[in-house]
Amino acid sequence: MDDNGYLQTVIVLSGGLSHERDVSLRSGRRVSQALRSRGIEVVESDVDSTLLSRLAELTGSVVFPVLHGEAGEDGALREVFDLLGVPFVGSVGSACRVAFDKSIATTVVGAAGIRTPTQVALPHETFRELGAQVLVKALGDQIGFPMMVKPSRCGSALGCSKVTRAQELPAAMVGAYAYGSVAVIEEFVEGTEVTVAVVDRGRGPIALPAVEIRPESGVYDYAARYTAGATRFLCPAELEPDVANRSADVALRVHAALGLRDLSRTDLIIASDGEPVFLEVNVSPGMTETSAVPLAIETAGWSLGKMCADLVHAAAIRGGRARKISLAAH
Amino acid sequence: MGHARSVSETSPPDSEEPAPERLRRQDTRLDHYIDRYAARAHGMTASAIRALFAVANRPEVVSLAGGMPNITDLPLDVVGSVINELVLNDGRRAMQYGSGQGEPTIREAICDVMRLENISAHPDDVMISVGSQQGLDLLTRIFCNPGDVVICEAPSYVGALGVFRSYQCEVVHVAMDEQGLNPTALADALRALRRAGRTVKFLYTVPNYHNPAGVTQSLDRRLELLHLAEKADLLVIEDNPYGLLGFDGEPIPTLRSLNERQVIYLGSFSKTFAPGFRVGWVLAPHAVREKLVLAQEAATLCPPVFSQFAVAAYLANYDWRGQIKIFREMYRERRDAMIAGLTSHMPAGTTWTYPEGGFFVWLTLPPGIDSHAMLPRAVTARVAYVPGTAFYADGFGSRHMRLSYCFPTPERIIEGTRRLGEVLEYEAGMLEIFGTAVESESGRLSLGPREAPGPDQA
Repeated sequence: MDDNGYLQTVIVLSGGLSHERDVSLRSGRRVSQALRSRGIEVVESDVDSTLLSRLAELTGSVVFPVLHGEAGEDGALREVFDLLGVPFVGSVGSACRVAFDKSIATTVVGAAGIRTPTQVALPHETFRELGAQVLVKALGDQIGFPMMVKPSRCGSALGCSKVTRAQELPAAMVGAYAYGSVAVIEEFVEGTEVTVAVVDRGRGPIALPAVEIRPESGVYDYAARYTAGATRFLCPAELEPDVANRSADVALRVHAALGLRDLSRTDLIIASDGEPVFLEVNVSPGMTETSAVPLAIETAGWSLGKMCADLVHAAAIRGGRARKISLAAH
Repeated sequence: MGHARSVSETSPPDSEEPAPERLRRQDTRLDHYIDRYAARAHGMTASAIRALFAVANRPEVVSLAGGMPNITDLPLDVVGSVINELVLNDGRRAMQYGSGQGEPTIREAICDVMRLENISAHPDDVMISVGSQQGLDLLTRIFCNPGDVVICEAPSYVGALGVFRSYQCEVVHVAMDEQGLNPTALADALRALRRAGRTVKFLYTVPNYHNPAGVTQSLDRRLELLHLAEKADLLVIEDNPYGLLGFDGEPIPTLRSLNERQVIYLGSFSKTFAPGFRVGWVLAPHAVREKLVLAQEAATLCPPVFSQFAVAAYLANYDWRGQIKIFREMYRERRDAMIAGLTSHMPAGTTWTYPEGGFFVWLTLPPGIDSHAMLPRAVTARVAYVPGTAFYADGFGSRHMRLSYCFPTPERIIEGTRRLGEVLEYEAGMLEIFGTAVESESGRLSLGPREAPGPDQA
């Protein structure tokens, strides 16, 4: 912001070098359009060697990172922003590092008293060093089938597969390790798939109406997420009021337990007993034409543009500050 | 200084909180028209693999995936002045609607170009299309009903597979070897299809410097193929974008030059001049051509007139044959770099075709490695290729990949093979650890979404 309190420019960051670059570009376009519809000047930028000089040129601007995957969600970029004193929308670097890694996030969330699936995290070296056969059998015995195998650090369901019998497990591990060196193996939780967005427009986090996700194919994979028409969304989700409240509560507690800021989206399964089970949280949720967060925002009665503008405003008031990095929640 | 908004206008009003009672449930698939699309539009889905090619465009990644010709050596000053003259002298004609069949001048010039590959034709037999891609589209449109069989090589050009899919054809792949399409395999396939009562409309083949396989049909093979086609009364569609880009010796006579009756010929300026003009052509017997022209008029009214004038002017005023020689040498250098790189860096058990022209090498991986599943890891390692699965309509291809050398510099090509070698080594390690029996080739039966980079990717 300049001396007169006028909001100058928003730099929307999208693209990056992750596997979800394409999704990020779509998210970035939608957020940019939404902000421009409020009359806000937007500069769209990729994350590359020209970024820092662009930031230096546009002093006073606020960064809105819409990067998915490592590029934006592992926290490294946000550390840089804090280092340079650039105000930005979203969680700080240290919180991102914890949230983006499923093996760590699940542990922290579980410790906060929220129900999580049984989970084992294993780097591929472990299989090499200790031998795959024994480990695969142990996983089958301890976690049981069906199970979910996922890369520990990835989004958009990339590398994820459901394993119903032991023979499928090795291929699932290889598929997950294609996206990173650590994989998590979890018990498969049967139930209703919902996702809850949490937003903070400057006066504390609130949970938006839960979005229920019903992919036509039965699997909410990449194609189901990004092909218009492939998935049916219900918002608010078709839940009993107390279950809906519990879901909202869980999402808020996740947001707090992980020290998140401004915007997050928590994926849950409502188990048969009505209890929400935490799957994962996203600090840079998708904002594409087929994403859940814009739908939740609209159902709540706001426009995407207004919400993004409010988030930018809150970040601007907060200001950028070079600060000591700590895990303390805000 | 941009358009500013005052702080007060953006502060959130106090009373705006979502109240559950006020919420109206949205029940949506985020596509208002989802139940209205035509059957042929089904299967147009987002693809994680295709999305990975968005990363391939970044300079950090050595992309061996694209198919964009390298037009850095095009004499822009010459092209510019030719087009300038065109606008000044002929602008009003060039910028007006033209003929559905295409402008006479370019059709005459095309006959001169085809003569280099032994084809003698009359300009009236030539129809201009928006790239040879559209030529194939219109041919399929006039010949194929949903469910008709089209025979393709194994593997086949991804752009063609896309056309056949969009017209709901069934593609039957027939084996190739290092001399191209295997006539015995073709005869077997025809026999089996006939016995099953299927309607086979045509064979689609790319005889020269095949995309993606890199191989070329020998002259003997061509004669054998045509003999078989005559006997079976099989229509052959010959697609020849790379014929003039062979590195050694004279171009082999085209199928069309050896047989006028059974062969419809597709030609293009995309690789010999530049793709952006979108000028290709179809050489077909008059009855077919007349239907094609009607189909073209229904599709576009007429193909881009300005482009046709521009290409014709370039051909008339510049040593285009010399330019092709320049391109050829440039691609030869890159082919050599690719082969050298592969020889140095590929693990034991990997084999590849040796292209004598064109842009592509077809790699066969050691058993157990899946090029489709491996792509994300390759992207992380900053190298991109097209998994072989993109070039089959039936789920095969995961033991192969297509590598292109047309765009990156020779140094980058070698670096790309080095990175690829590392990824393969890693993947082999994974295989050793998990002893994965890779999903057998026949396991992936459903038609996957188009899984190749878009045309604008290098």
